[in-house]
Amino acid sequence: MRVLGYLLIGIFFGIVLMKSEAASWFRIYEMFQFRSFHMYGIIGSALVAGIIAVQLMKKKGIKSFYGDTIHFIPKQKSVYRYFLGGSIFGLGWALAGACPGPMFALTGAGYLPVLIVIAAAIFGTFIYGLLRDKLPH
Amino acid sequence: MEALFRPWPWYVSGPLIALVMVLLLMMGKNFGMSSNLRTLCAICGAGNAADFFKFDWRAQRWNLIVVLGMVIGGFLATNFLSEDAAVNIGPKTVETLKELGFQGAGTEYLPAEIYSTENLSDPKTLSILVIGGSLVGFGTRYAGGCTSGHAISGLSDLQWPSLVAVIGFFVGGLLMIHLLFPLIF
Repeated sequence: MRVLGYLLIGIFFGIVLMKSEAASWFRIYEMFQFRSFHMYGIIGSALVAGIIAVQLMKKKGIKSFYGDTIHFIPKQKSVYRYFLGGSIFGLGWALAGACPGPMFALTGAGYLPVLIVIAAAIFGTFIYGLLRDKLPH
Repeated sequence: MEALFRPWPWYVSGPLIALVMVLLLMMGKNFGMSSNLRTLCAICGAGNAADFFKFDWRAQRWNLIVVLGMVIGGFLATNFLSEDAAVNIGPKTVETLKELGFQGAGTEYLPAEIYSTENLSDPKTLSILVIGGSLVGFGTRYAGGCTSGHAISGLSDLQWPSLVAVIGFFVGGLLMIHLLFPLIF
């Protein structure tokens, strides 16, 4: 039953990413050129809705569908890893035009070269795992 | 109904993405896509090379099911919910892109110069895919999240580390588009 829930959420998310054009390389390019409000509107309205939902859930102590307490995991307090890691991701995001969600939706959409991007992203994650102790966090 | 087949406006898409995050929270999970890359490393046996990949990846299987759903969703959206793949970017952006050599700007979903199977034999195209993907994989894990984990989940929970990460996303993106693109294309 839960498996079906995750699958349906994934299907829905994949459709939203494709139909919103957030999975389009062109939209990412346009966003970094500051030439359109579209991507800012998507992220901004997602945030407004997300902030309201999360703050309400916390205030009201909403339980999960299964009656468990919902955990919001606080991020480690640091600047290096977020700024450096974030910038490295940003370079790749703008070049490949895909972040880790859209790349899977694009695979389903039939853009097979995206599989190379996914394989490379797995490789990049592996390299991070090897170098992790040597990087400032 | 017809509006369903056209590209969805930002004010519909954004709240629907927030809904995905809320649904996952209600399932008792956290919205974050890039952690799947770590899980896939672990499944491939990366735990033998680095302790970072020695964790119970079976506990992350739910997220791989979400990924499987996304592949299906991408298929459905393209084949049954779209009339036309064209992305309606502005005329000025189309012009700039054509000058850079992207002939299909304004008429396709992804640039054929990078994402068509025929161009895969071109070493430059292949390098773009490999380098772009590697930077995404390395950067997201270093930053502990991507657009979903930081820009949506983290910021919705008002966590300042996520704001630092999102500023980083933009610093990297702007560097690539404004400084490196003119050298690459």
